[in-house]
Amino acid sequence: MATTTTKTETFVGKRVRRREDPRLITGTATYVEDIQMPGMHYAVILRSPHAAARIRSIKAKQAEAAPGVVCVFTGKDTKGVGVVPCGIAMPDLRVPQHNILATDRVYFVGHPVAVVVARDRYLARDAAELIEVDYDVLPAVADPEKALAKGAPAVHPQWPDNIAFTYHQDGGNVDKVFAEADVVVKQRIVSQRLVPMAMETRGVVAEWRGADRQLNLYTSTQIPHLVRTLVAGMLGLEENRTRVIAPEVGGGFGSKLNVYAEEALMGFVSMRIQKPVKWIESRRENFTCTTHGRGHVDYYEIAAKRDGTILGIKLKLIQDVGAYHQLLTPLIPQLSVLMMPGLYNTQNIRADIVGVFTNCVPTDAYRGAGRPEATHGIERMVDILAAELKMDPAEIRLKNFVTKDKFPYATATGLMYDSGDYAAPLKKALDLVGYVKLRQEQADLRKQGKYMGIGISTYGEICAIGPSPATPAGGWESATVKIEPSGKITILTGACPHGQGEETTFAQIAADELGVGLDDILVTRGDTAVVQYGIGTFGSRATAVGGTALYYALQDLKAKIKKFGAMLLESDDVTLVGGQVVCNKTGKAKPLQEIAGASYRALKLPPNTEPGLIATRFWEPPNFTFPFGAHIVVTDIDSETGQIKVRRYVAVDDCGNILNPLIVDGQVHGGVAQGLGQALWEQAVYDDNGQLITGELTDYALPRAHLMPWIESHHTCTPSPVNPLGVKGVGEAGTIGCSPAVVNSAVDALSPLGIRHIDMPLTPEKIWKLLAKKN
Amino acid sequence: MNINLTINGKNYSQDVEPRLLLIHFLRDVAGLTGTHIGCETSLCGACTVELNGKAIKSCTMFAVQANGAEIVTVEGLANDGKLDPMQEAFWNEHGLQCGFCTPGMIMAAKQIIDRHPSPTEDEIRHGLEGNVCRCTGYQHIVNAVKAAAAGAGK
Repeated sequence: MATTTTKTETFVGKRVRRREDPRLITGTATYVEDIQMPGMHYAVILRSPHAAARIRSIKAKQAEAAPGVVCVFTGKDTKGVGVVPCGIAMPDLRVPQHNILATDRVYFVGHPVAVVVARDRYLARDAAELIEVDYDVLPAVADPEKALAKGAPAVHPQWPDNIAFTYHQDGGNVDKVFAEADVVVKQRIVSQRLVPMAMETRGVVAEWRGADRQLNLYTSTQIPHLVRTLVAGMLGLEENRTRVIAPEVGGGFGSKLNVYAEEALMGFVSMRIQKPVKWIESRRENFTCTTHGRGHVDYYEIAAKRDGTILGIKLKLIQDVGAYHQLLTPLIPQLSVLMMPGLYNTQNIRADIVGVFTNCVPTDAYRGAGRPEATHGIERMVDILAAELKMDPAEIRLKNFVTKDKFPYATATGLMYDSGDYAAPLKKALDLVGYVKLRQEQADLRKQGKYMGIGISTYGEICAIGPSPATPAGGWESATVKIEPSGKITILTGACPHGQGEETTFAQIAADELGVGLDDILVTRGDTAVVQYGIGTFGSRATAVGGTALYYALQDLKAKIKKFGAMLLESDDVTLVGGQVVCNKTGKAKPLQEIAGASYRALKLPPNTEPGLIATRFWEPPNFTFPFGAHIVVTDIDSETGQIKVRRYVAVDDCGNILNPLIVDGQVHGGVAQGLGQALWEQAVYDDNGQLITGELTDYALPRAHLMPWIESHHTCTPSPVNPLGVKGVGEAGTIGCSPAVVNSAVDALSPLGIRHIDMPLTPEKIWKLLAKKN
Repeated sequence: MNINLTINGKNYSQDVEPRLLLIHFLRDVAGLTGTHIGCETSLCGACTVELNGKAIKSCTMFAVQANGAEIVTVEGLANDGKLDPMQEAFWNEHGLQCGFCTPGMIMAAKQIIDRHPSPTEDEIRHGLEGNVCRCTGYQHIVNAVKAAAAGAGK
């Protein structure tokens, strides 16, 4: 029998290579599309080619008679299925009925209209083309500001103003500080719609087992338990007989933090045909039908004193909702408001959000979810203010930071920043980049008519989401640790990592707590029949909340291990160290394996102790965590082509304690790539008819290897007092810090031309046109 | 149509529809699901395999076009449980996160060092241009290719 290794080696804080990788690098991992079952059928969804239309009729006879086709379902068939849920409740929220298939009307390009089920995917696609839908095309509106204008087409006829919700927040005395300010700067800032573009598209396999009244649903999701609760509700199934499995998930970035029509639809289909059914989203569908991110038009005003002291911030935020609310849609801009003061010490804020329906796919969480938009806004505004006051952008930031003696710090938006030293990463980044020298070089280059820019962004963010009262579905996380009779250790986490590496970092935590090797530990997640209820992976929460639940479960278990060890050693003075319980008096030891065996054999039990070694904890965080950092970007702009070249990218991130620097670096790099994508290339563009004209990889410009600069990733470390691990979270930091640093750099480069703001993405065409106009 | 091809050293002889894509042959007929479909338009590179020694995108090639070819997929890289140096390098350098692009990325990366045994960073980055990764920002992938090249040169 294999033995549990006992070790004094520790793992937390080390560059441990990932334990999930062997299956991924050998092509033996199982993603949804890799699942095969006897009798499995394939579904293809017919979708609306129009952004707004009435459906006069659907003729499916020909499709139904096509080779290999089992059936075709339309909205008439699925009327008994519950609506796609919006998880947010707020006053005056208008929630349109979101059926899983369109009934009499379509509201965006890609709206599902019918589903074809066949024994083969090619035949299902062939048949989908035979369905005739007679549309009465209606005027559409795809731009949120145009949708607010008088006379705009109504997305939902019952709400002609297209307003989906409004939200107001006030802190301090905004009117007073704006009246007394020496200077007020204003700017309209757009955070454009983006396509999350996880490499694995969505996909669902549904397997109905009628005799057991059980539905097994394999879906590419970040939140299997929430999908189970909500899809069971939509289909009228019993939750305990609905099993949701997130197998290997090929990236999410927030786009799989949702409950989608197709998840319930495949359950419905499998129940109807009594066979397993598979649906795999095409890339085109992924562009048009999976939630988008961002989609803000922000009107900012900042009031300040002549010396650069920020007095107050006003924000009018227009959120492009799309045609429906998905799970968290109305929440996302509220996160922007929470984060709007950034790292700055101002107690006077006013925010007004208006959520606007458009004939587009809904927006929802995308890496950072509201915080990148807020950071882009405040960090652009601070640069604009610095330019107005002819101050250095580093100096104005250092002047306004919440200082490190002020923590915990209550913000005007109702948050309590946990810990911070905001000047530290900025000073470190300025040093690393050689700021003073760069400014000299810039002055020289300007004399030669060359455009070189230095852009700073100092960001804060809200991680470890979050305390349950601040979330729609519970903000805790769960962990179970089981030590099997052989001494091997199984961890079940309610988080649902899909690339973030918790199979490794959680093993590191447990190995150090128990004093065993990593190979003794298996981390399992993503199956509601195996894992206790959990919330999932999003909002940089898995380690800070799920890891903490694990930590406390380990403490419970350690106490029990010691009890059994003390019994076996006949001692009341023992220590758990190096994977064994040691009697402090005699030095005698019992290894974990023997203790585990004894706990299950249960010939004798310690007083008031049950057999077995298993502990489960649900940890409710008392607060969010608030990572922060400074990114500095040096750019050179080619005046002939408008091309922006990133010469240096220095990131100094403070995410608290670091469990695995290799994984943290990877998170920063990937985050920066998505931030750079937004800053320079990416944009979901709808035309006036609501057609997504960047709906394929040919037209949607993603960061590619040859476009990415080398990222110089560094850290400062301010542990979080919110959890015993001292971790804050790092999944979204790179994205949040990046885009304002890049735009600030480009604007800085072009500032001699009198340019003070450019909206993203900073395409060569846009920059070239600006240069052509100004010269 | 009947086609014969060799995948990872094993012969396959099969009647296929002329329109069957090579990627679907690999995944559905040969049961080799390690190669993924990311875009169906040859723009993301997730489906990259080696065909007669060259990296190709199997989502835009018909299976019948591969008649007679020798194909290597990610499943064919490890030998007797020993990883290919490129697989090992991706693991050591944390060149993957969600893993979905990884099989195609590894096949493309192998091609780079086949063509440039000591590639510059620029050659690596341009060699990976046709393969999208949404997780890593490519930096650790670049490190992995460098490490594999350095290891092969030893």
